[in-house]
Amino acid sequence: MENELTHEKRVLQGNEAIVEGALAAGCRFYAGYPITPASEIAELMSIKLPAIGGTFIQMEDEIASMGAIIGASLAGVKSLTATSGPGFSLMQENLGFACIAEVPCVLVNVMRGGPSTGLPTSPAQGDVMQARWGTHGDHPIIVLAASSVKDCFEITVQAFNLSEKYRIPVIVLSDEVVAHTRETIVLPKLEKIEVVERIRPSVPPEWYIPYEDNSRGVPAMANMGSGYRHHVTGLVHDPKGFPTQRPDEVDAFIRRQYRKITNGFYEIQMSKTLMMEDAEIAVIAYGSVSRSALHAIKSARSNGIKAGLLQLITLFPFHKKAVDAVLRQCRSVLVPEMNMGQLVREVKRVNLSSKVFKYNRVDGQFITPDEIYDQLLRM
Amino acid sequence: MTEKISRVRHEYLRHDKKFPHVWCPGCGNGIVLGSLIRAIDKLSLEKDELVLASGIGCAGRMPAYVDFNTLHTTHGRALTFATGIKLAKPELTVLCVMGDGDATAIGGNHFIHAARRNLNLTAIIINNQIYGMTGGQYSPTTPYGANASTAVYGHIEHAFSIAELAITAGAAFVARGTVYHVRMLDTLLAKGIAKRGFSVIEIMSNCHTQYGRRNNMGDPVTMMQWFKDHGVSEQKAKKMSDEEMGEKFTIGVLADKDMPNYMEEYRRIQEQAQLK
Ligand SMILES: Cc1ncc(C[n+]2csc(CCOP(=O)(O)OP(=O)(O)O)c2C)c(N)n1
Ligand code: SF4
Repeated sequence: MENELTHEKRVLQGNEAIVEGALAAGCRFYAGYPITPASEIAELMSIKLPAIGGTFIQMEDEIASMGAIIGASLAGVKSLTATSGPGFSLMQENLGFACIAEVPCVLVNVMRGGPSTGLPTSPAQGDVMQARWGTHGDHPIIVLAASSVKDCFEITVQAFNLSEKYRIPVIVLSDEVVAHTRETIVLPKLEKIEVVERIRPSVPPEWYIPYEDNSRGVPAMANMGSGYRHHVTGLVHDPKGFPTQRPDEVDAFIRRQYRKITNGFYEIQMSKTLMMEDAEIAVIAYGSVSRSALHAIKSARSNGIKAGLLQLITLFPFHKKAVDAVLRQCRSVLVPEMNMGQLVREVKRVNLSSKVFKYNRVDGQFITPDEIYDQLLRM
Repeated sequence: MTEKISRVRHEYLRHDKKFPHVWCPGCGNGIVLGSLIRAIDKLSLEKDELVLASGIGCAGRMPAYVDFNTLHTTHGRALTFATGIKLAKPELTVLCVMGDGDATAIGGNHFIHAARRNLNLTAIIINNQIYGMTGGQYSPTTPYGANASTAVYGHIEHAFSIAELAITAGAAFVARGTVYHVRMLDTLLAKGIAKRGFSVIEIMSNCHTQYGRRNNMGDPVTMMQWFKDHGVSEQKAKKMSDEEMGEKFTIGVLADKDMPNYMEEYRRIQEQAQLK
């Protein structure tokens, strides 16, 4: 069955490409609860996983789905869940558990209009800040945004890799447009895909300290049932994994969480630039909107306007370095979003004195290239 | 005899964990822990193959003390994590310990669906009829008229029976015990753990600190006496009128049925999918 993933050309929807990416990355467990526009991911997983010895389960809600994927990951199996707005809200509680207990797992949120039941079949980007701060308490998190079917495949693979490497839940944000657009994609050969596994302990069980710090700040992770019996808790814990309230231990614990991600900025923070070399104005975009932005920039170029694009793939940890370079180079920057202006705040924070414009749509409609082009003319 | 008991305890308790435990002196949770250890010893289960997961609450603190693969999840969600573990690694024996609020208020939906699904898990529910950890607020099993920190005028809701809920939801094995009838509890736990399918052991236990104190039930010993007087076998209960039963409850094995469990069914799905 493995060779089903060949380098052949396929026409896939974004949701289908996420499934292909997850399986290629070694995902063998899926738990979820049906919701538009993410349901195709569950449906496809229910067909594909049992065929390759994996497990699919439809849980009673999204709280349970998140709990189940954490459990499966603790037992050593790479796990995925996918949802949309209302379900994403329900997942926040156990997402926090995955953060504090440092359990690798991937969560796809196919964004639709909100709040609440909102606009079930319309695209939106309103969950960006929820993805960053939706679960309570100080915590780092990795949030990636997919803009195309190809992205869905590649970013899902990267999501699993980063999740395993840094022992952190990774959120993939897609939206209704990306999820349901059919595009041709050339799936790479399995052996061409880099797949990362969590670091397992190399010491004998009696020496294993489950949350021991090291230079990377990422402790080795023993799977349940592998002989390394230890305690996993959602309480702040000491290096042995037991609850602690000692200020020095608590402080060291929280700071290590941040340090491990800061250490990995070089590979976690991903972005693409297009026609930025000589750009005087630029668009900073993510998700499906970056595709409209690309078309707008091409139109601008053919009309003699030196415009460029910075597409953010990693939304969090926020790629300050890439944004800063664009802000320094360009006289003004546009941040179009299908929300009231969420990521634009992060952009502005990078350099308060630079000229940053926003363009927002919250009517459930996609931002078109023409709209962005019109905005560029005003800059 | 004592030597044997202490050997068994030491074998299964964590020595790198800083005792004393967090529970009030005399809390029924300790009796349940002792009973669980004896049941596991009786079944000769390997520590490496055992998972004890819990939710949040006083009962939820139990896993930290035993030398298994242990997991202290979020409030009410232990069974969801356990489901993931069991499906990912079916060879593990996965047990969940929960409080009454944990399992049947916030976790009620997970509980009925876990019972319906019939995955091979064991749910150990310590029913002290109150929210112990958060200070004596009423739970779904607090009796009508009882006093709680959020029901100082007397509780106006009606309690449900955890065991009956489990039976109705389809659990393969359901039993009820008390912290007084401890030998019976050892057996019930062993049977529940050995059962292939979803098993529920509801344990009536004393929270003298939060429930007993507010309801004039006395110290732990007096509460034990109450369990002794109120727990009746099913045979006995059958012969008693509703009036005679009053506040009494049945103890022992209440349901035990054989049906295909989720993992066996899913294996069939996997085989079918692989043929295609
Ligand atoms: C989502 C959430 N809500 C509330 C709490 C606070 N809380 C902690 S324990 C508990 C109830 C404990 O009662 P029970 O489950 O009966 O267990 P016991 O303490 O009696 O063993 C509550 C409400 C929490 N931890 N998480
Ligand atoms: S508060 Fe009640 S349940 Fe909690 S440890 Fe004390 S006696 Fe036990």
